[in-house]
Amino acid sequence: MIICRNVHKWFDDFHVLRGVTMTIKRQEVIVICGPSGSGKSTFIRTINRLEEHQEGEIIVDGIELSHDIRNIEAIRREVGMVFQQFNLFPHLTVLQNVALAPIWVRKWPKARAEEVAGQLLERVGIPEQAHKYPGQLSGGQQQRVAIARALAMQPKIMLFDEPTSALDPEMIKEVLDVMRELARSGMTMIVVTHEMGFAREAADRIAFFDQGNIVEQNTPAEFFAHPKEDRTRLFLSQILSH
Amino acid sequence: MNATSAIRRPPAPPGAVRWIKKNLLSTWYNVLLTLVALIFVFFVSRGVLRWVFFTANWTPITSSLKLFAVGQFPPDQVWRVGTAVLLVSFFFGLSWRVWGGTVGTFALALAVGGAAVAVLPFELSSGVRLWGVANPLLVGVGYLVGRTSLGKPRWAALGWALSFGGTTALLTGVRGVSWLPRVETGLWGGLLLTFLLALVGIVASFPIGVLLALGRRSSLPVLKLFCTLFIEIVRGVPLVTILFMFSVILPLFLPEDVRVDRVLRAMMGMTLFAAAYMAENIRGGLQAIPSGQIEAAKAVGLNGLQTTVLIVLPQALRMVIPAIVGQFIALFMDTTLAVIVGLVELLQIGRAVIQSNPEWLMLDMEVYLFIGAVFWVFTYAMSYASQRLEQTLGVGRR
Ligand SMILES: Nc1ncnc2c1ncn2[C@@H]1O[C@H](COP(=O)(O)OP(=O)(O)OP(=O)(O)O)[C@@H](O)[C@H]1O
Ligand SMILES: [Mg+2]
Repeated sequence: MIICRNVHKWFDDFHVLRGVTMTIKRQEVIVICGPSGSGKSTFIRTINRLEEHQEGEIIVDGIELSHDIRNIEAIRREVGMVFQQFNLFPHLTVLQNVALAPIWVRKWPKARAEEVAGQLLERVGIPEQAHKYPGQLSGGQQQRVAIARALAMQPKIMLFDEPTSALDPEMIKEVLDVMRELARSGMTMIVVTHEMGFAREAADRIAFFDQGNIVEQNTPAEFFAHPKEDRTRLFLSQILSH
Repeated sequence: MNATSAIRRPPAPPGAVRWIKKNLLSTWYNVLLTLVALIFVFFVSRGVLRWVFFTANWTPITSSLKLFAVGQFPPDQVWRVGTAVLLVSFFFGLSWRVWGGTVGTFALALAVGGAAVAVLPFELSSGVRLWGVANPLLVGVGYLVGRTSLGKPRWAALGWALSFGGTTALLTGVRGVSWLPRVETGLWGGLLLTFLLALVGIVASFPIGVLLALGRRSSLPVLKLFCTLFIEIVRGVPLVTILFMFSVILPLFLPEDVRVDRVLRAMMGMTLFAAAYMAENIRGGLQAIPSGQIEAAKAVGLNGLQTTVLIVLPQALRMVIPAIVGQFIALFMDTTLAVIVGLVELLQIGRAVIQSNPEWLMLDMEVYLFIGAVFWVFTYAMSYASQRLEQTLGVGRR
């Protein structure tokens, strides 16, 4: 589904991604963790070309990411993304947020797009908020709207960049529940998160990032029970200790 | 429903008496201040009212109303201006029903203004009185039409677009129609001219300003350079100079048979001037949009144009409404500079009226006050509309 081969990226002189190689199969759920600044966000943002990589190749659903704008647009239609800061459109209602892309990108009639948007809001558990504005919702509700908005394009792949780190603890669960349900439904997912409970339960594979590359990857059971690298062990001890 | 709903809400906000007690009479020095202020207000308003109703002589204004309203517009054609206003009143009535809110306030203001003309206590021709009666009627007719199946935003918008053509035809004339002979724009004057200069400037400078602002932030170097140069050059030159250039220099560049008339040239100058400032205001709004908004738009697959039109501009413009309206108001006042290219807008009419009669030379205070009041009414309407617009659009702000 996604093939990354030897992906390099620089911000000016700063070498952020140093030859990342990773293959993700259909319906796989990958959790990426690692210390701050290790390039996790940058990596998943290269997959829908919010960041451009300078070397190596990324192939998403058979389409290679290149400078060709048509390829980029085609890939963005197949890949949904959920951000740490939600990034909902504050001037549109919740329903309009979700229905916007189907109307303008998929060219669906408004009525159909809004009907589907309504169903998605039901799926993420907030149908009653459809006509409010994002600013009137709690963080957890906003993030669920953001998930619905990404799902509205019927993507084959979903990217999550620390979807719960901007949330108060009591709202984290409601978002993770939605993500778990999504994982069970067979969505291909790449999730950057430090929620190890979620990783243990929902992930097929955990990849540990450090200094711009994958240090090790394994099934959750193996990853937590027998980390191979010292750096992984150190990271795990830090993150699980609190 | 739950236990908390049983708790009473706090007592209702205090009534007028309580407000006065709390804000004006709470302490002894507050009482004193209130007293002093009351005495001051009393004497000032007594003085003003006395002057307005007894000392002042308003003859220069009451006997030159036509001049103030339309300048040298041919007297036998003035009905066309009146008709244009009636047309606008009709659409305000219609829009009142369709959109409500502030539009309704303006429709009412038009109706009341018309009614006031109908009963003004000085000499007016029966035609003007008739117009005064017709104006509120047309607002009402518009409102009633708005209740039929024509009362849709779509039709109202179409109506406004058509009314633009209609008013233009009425004011300038249509070739080959004997009852609408051509009226040279040089004959436009007074409030009519002031109003048209401002209106055209406002309506045209806004889209140009948006495009310039977007262009200045574009990634295409040539476009960016052009927009930046345009904005910086225009902002570096006084409006008077620009008006002068348009009126004197433009004709030198154009082929001889292309004649752009004086009013149009002034309109173009004012539009470009306002557009440059508008662009900078709007650019401020564009810069305030967090990059996450653009990323989110890209991530759901919107292309560049869609991102700009659907996500960036609506948020950016909303942020700069106060600045934009401030500029509209400035533009309205700047119409007085059109005198530099020989146009006789409201202020110049005032000067001409004062000088037209030796006995009126002493009455300049009355004339300028009147003109000031007219300007104030329009600019206040604009800032009122802006505040209401902000409130309406403020819903859902973060
Ligand atoms: N636009 C940019 N320009 C320059 N440097 C950047 C840019 N974006 C990120 N970086 C740098 O790249 C490095 C990796 O950033 P990235 O956001 O991918 O880290 P991360 O692993 O997601 O960290 P975190 O857990 O804090 O989100 C950081 O050192 C960051 O300072
Ligand atoms: Mg990050």
